[in-house]
Amino acid sequence: MNLTLRVWRQSGPTDAGRMVTYRVEDVSPDMSFLEMLDVLNERLILEGDDPIAFDHDCREGICGMCGMVINGVAHGEQRATTTCQLHMRHFEDGATITIEPWRAAPFPVVKDLVVDRSAFDRIIQAGGFVSVPAGSAPDAHSIPVRKEDADSAFDAATCIGCGACVAACPNGSASLFTAAKITHLSLLPQGQPERVSRAKAMVDQMDAEGFGGCTNTGECTAVCPKGIPLDTIAQMNSDYLKANTK
Amino acid sequence: MGSSNGKKAVMAVTGAVMVLFLILHMLGNLKIFFGRDSFNEYAHALRTLLEPIVPYRTVLTTLEILLVASVVLHMWAAISLARRAGKARPVKYVAKKSQAGGYTTHIMRFGGLTIALYVVWHLLDLTFGVVNPKGFNSAPADRMVAGFDPSRWWVTLIYVVAVVLVGLHLRHGVWSAFQTLGWANRARNKMLRLGAGLLAAGLVVGFLAPPLAITFGVVQ
Ligand code: SF4
Ligand code: FES
Repeated sequence: MNLTLRVWRQSGPTDAGRMVTYRVEDVSPDMSFLEMLDVLNERLILEGDDPIAFDHDCREGICGMCGMVINGVAHGEQRATTTCQLHMRHFEDGATITIEPWRAAPFPVVKDLVVDRSAFDRIIQAGGFVSVPAGSAPDAHSIPVRKEDADSAFDAATCIGCGACVAACPNGSASLFTAAKITHLSLLPQGQPERVSRAKAMVDQMDAEGFGGCTNTGECTAVCPKGIPLDTIAQMNSDYLKANTK
Repeated sequence: MGSSNGKKAVMAVTGAVMVLFLILHMLGNLKIFFGRDSFNEYAHALRTLLEPIVPYRTVLTTLEILLVASVVLHMWAAISLARRAGKARPVKYVAKKSQAGGYTTHIMRFGGLTIALYVVWHLLDLTFGVVNPKGFNSAPADRMVAGFDPSRWWVTLIYVVAVVLVGLHLRHGVWSAFQTLGWANRARNKMLRLGAGLLAAGLVVGFLAPPLAITFGVVQ
């Protein structure tokens, strides 16, 4: 396959940045999107150019490091797929592909397609944990959990913190991420003692980071590689309102 | 109330007040099908409700104040959330493709704005009679029938567009309110979305029937 890429290049946080066009030839349809960029980068290095910076780690769709907006869609148009698991067979030979970083004020661009997502870490630090006495591990079955709750909590827990929800949201809201983390813990018995204070702390941190508010558009869940559902946001809202009316 | 979630809750609650008002308003409008007198009596009854226990127009004025407060708060929350959203995305995408229809932002924000402008016109026309051929000192039914006279077909047209926009606004807004207040969940979502759609459709039909009937001469 031969492709034309239009890629966002920005040498550092203070650079204005611009779209740069590249030709990539002999791309195998079996390559992942990141492997295709690796091929381009090898050539750029040989030619003495600066390679395109992008985040990645596991390349298995489980770590949440990778992510770029491909043709206007976070992680590309293939549903429920991270950028690292997106394969070139989903693109047409001769296509032009536009590649941009996540765009949100709380996710400043570090370089090219790499953004700083520490804002997510600070939301987790604000309340995305349970306080348990450290010691010998309790028996796995000592606290019963209803099957449905376990399933829903597990679904919410599959959020890998990639940030695609923020990138896709027209309001730049981090509601889906924050809601996934809140729902994951608030459905389980271990999460109950801190349930209400957690929602308040995490939502307030989300606001403090400068993320937008949720308008329930559903853009987030549509691009989420883990298919985190919108009802996690209702769960978050419910816990948050309880915290503020108590 | 200052947080983004708090403002959302304000939008949900004030939105609910306005929806309840719209339902009553629509039912009242339909009185025109029972004749001008029926409509005028209804308009009069609104003003003399609970009389003589309370003075003339007490109930109506109270409701009007509640309604104006809801409109103002709803708009305040919407504007400040829109500004927050704008600040959260200072650099726009070169290419952006909506994956959820892109319906909401346009219908809710620009639609909301259009509805607000329309309400101003609507009050000038049928409440204060400023832009109505019959003027302020006329029977409500006369203002209504004259307002939607076939010669003023463009007024009916503005009205149709505005009412359809209200319907689209509510189709998302009503469901969204449940979501914001944390009452939506996976099991209820289907029903809530359907309910919001039906309510919106019902209001559109109920609001469009009287002006269209007048413009097309069914109601004289
Ligand atoms: S909710 Fe989905 S899109 Fe958002 S960070 Fe988690 S996995 Fe990524
Ligand atoms: S690199 Fe780990 S999810 Fe893509």
